[in-house]
Amino acid sequence: MWDYNDKVKDHFLNPRNVGAIENPDGVGDTGNLRCGDALRLTIRVEKVDGVERIADAKFQTFGCASAIAAASALTELAIGKTLDEAAKVTNQDIVEYLGGLPAPKIHCSVMGAEALQAAIADYRGEKREEIGPEDKIICKCFEVTEKKIRDAVFHNNLTTVEQVTNYTKAGGACGGCIPEIERIIGEVLAEKAAMTCEVVPENERDALIKRLLEEEIGPALGTHDGGLQLVAIDGDKVVVAMKGACQMCANLQTTVNEFVQKELREKVDENIVVEVGG
Amino acid sequence: MDRVIYLDNNATTMVAPEVFEEMRPFFSERYGNPSSLHSFGGNVHHKIDEARRRLAALLGADENEMLFTSCGTESDSTAIHSALDRFPDKKHIVTSAVEHPAVLGLCDHLEQRGYSVTYLAVDEEGRLDLDELAEAVTDDTAIVSIMHANNESGVVFPLQEITEIVKQRGALMHTDAVQSVGKLPLDVRKTSVDFLSLSGHKLHAPKGVGALFVRRGTPYTPLLIGGHQEHNKRAGTENVTSIVGLGKAAELAAEHMEDEQTRVQAMRDRLQEGLVAHCPDARVNGGGSPRLPNTLNISFGYVEGESILLLMDELGICASSGSACTSASLEISHVIKCMKVPEMYAHGSTRFSLSRYTTDEEIDYVIEQVPPIIARLRELSPFGRG
Repeated sequence: MWDYNDKVKDHFLNPRNVGAIENPDGVGDTGNLRCGDALRLTIRVEKVDGVERIADAKFQTFGCASAIAAASALTELAIGKTLDEAAKVTNQDIVEYLGGLPAPKIHCSVMGAEALQAAIADYRGEKREEIGPEDKIICKCFEVTEKKIRDAVFHNNLTTVEQVTNYTKAGGACGGCIPEIERIIGEVLAEKAAMTCEVVPENERDALIKRLLEEEIGPALGTHDGGLQLVAIDGDKVVVAMKGACQMCANLQTTVNEFVQKELREKVDENIVVEVGG
Repeated sequence: MDRVIYLDNNATTMVAPEVFEEMRPFFSERYGNPSSLHSFGGNVHHKIDEARRRLAALLGADENEMLFTSCGTESDSTAIHSALDRFPDKKHIVTSAVEHPAVLGLCDHLEQRGYSVTYLAVDEEGRLDLDELAEAVTDDTAIVSIMHANNESGVVFPLQEITEIVKQRGALMHTDAVQSVGKLPLDVRKTSVDFLSLSGHKLHAPKGVGALFVRRGTPYTPLLIGGHQEHNKRAGTENVTSIVGLGKAAELAAEHMEDEQTRVQAMRDRLQEGLVAHCPDARVNGGGSPRLPNTLNISFGYVEGESILLLMDELGICASSGSACTSASLEISHVIKCMKVPEMYAHGSTRFSLSRYTTDEEIDYVIEQVPPIIARLRELSPFGRG
């Protein structure tokens, strides 16, 4: 059956927890008909010794095989969890539970995670997220907001429009919003880079390493659309995160060994070992 | 999978056993090059001539008006490029919004190269507005390319009337008849269509062979240039085996034409009635229009096409869908969209396409098995519960 693995097929052919709970404690609706898939999750919450737990969950799905399988998996993941645990369930958890989904179907797992969060928010009496003035629809075909795209890029480390489409559907129809998606990816990646904690050098030698990386080595890589950032200095070990074109470069290790490490050894300390991480 | 009930004949068809037998010697015994002077090759050429006569006979064409190609897409491209090449000052093309990608993709490509293209819409029953067509064709129009029958809805366009309108306005007329050849009686002498494309694998010949009708006197420039094959109209060593197969398939299609209009159509109608009767909230797309006798495009409300196809697949039933999830683009089929099928139904559009090999027993099985599938998916669906 096409690109689905046995577990996905099983959850499609024998979906668990189908239906709607009568008088549910929380309801989460995601997707819409226009997009071709929609999910309604109903949950029952029990409070024992002050701990709120999802005692039951049922789903109804309009969608393809993977949308049904993802919703079925979601209910299995949610039942028995405390609300605090359930609130942390991500689309990745659903994908892992199912042993993987084809790339163009990842958005089905995103829909599942959203429904669970919406049902929990509904139970807690939180207002459903409306599209606020700071948010706007980017993909008009599938009504995907900027926030949703930002979240997907941020949490899943997405770097290409194609990945964003697989996760959110945005850009998957007319393609008119692709320049906007590219802008958002660029902004989020820049924000993530800025969020990385600044390393405070402990001594003069470390300060020199930091200065060389920021003022000489980094800018030199920038001439090839690459770059790096200092993540940590631990004795002779210098950990850097690669940026831009360097991340995809086949010669990454050579660049690190023959350029970054060599420069630092020549100018600071011949025992320095540069590692990529962070 | 033990049992296969193949109702996806608009996608491709089985090679007819008679066609296969006709082709068999040309793989390993009679492998000569038809361009050779020796009789071992020359005799092969006679078989190509015979295939050309058989195919011409199916269409009422003269054999010199038929050239063999590699597929329907090549035939479409040849016709359209030929017209543009012969009328370099004309920069406009008219087509319909529901064409096969073979034509739509080419038009998109040509738009990027400075041509303007008018895409005629269809109404909710999948029909064209001929007044709109008449308005669209101008002095700047090099060619009008409108399919004879739609591959998804099965809706048949009035080729004769369309051609009349186009020819009155001085443009060339091409029709992509890939879906109708072999399913509908077609006589090129009853219209003045300039080009007509067809494809072997839609009428029980193998994949990899097509043909183009070019009316005598129609300006023509080959797409493939090189050798003298196909009377200098299409260079490249002939795909002898498949051409022989297409000739035989054309002969068989003529023999089965009545069966197609009667028995096959009756099975299609029975399938339609059975599914509509046993599946609440089903609607037939294009049902109010003249249709191919073998095609049923039906939408099951509140459920999604991929799920329907996969559950049918479990039972060996092969069909296709216009749903978004079954396409690479995440969008519903352009045909279903253009026909303004309501959203509640668009995603559940399912196409069954029969052939002369379909049996009454198979239709019974589908009528019996599909309604529970739809009911099961409706149970899962949050919609359609009042």
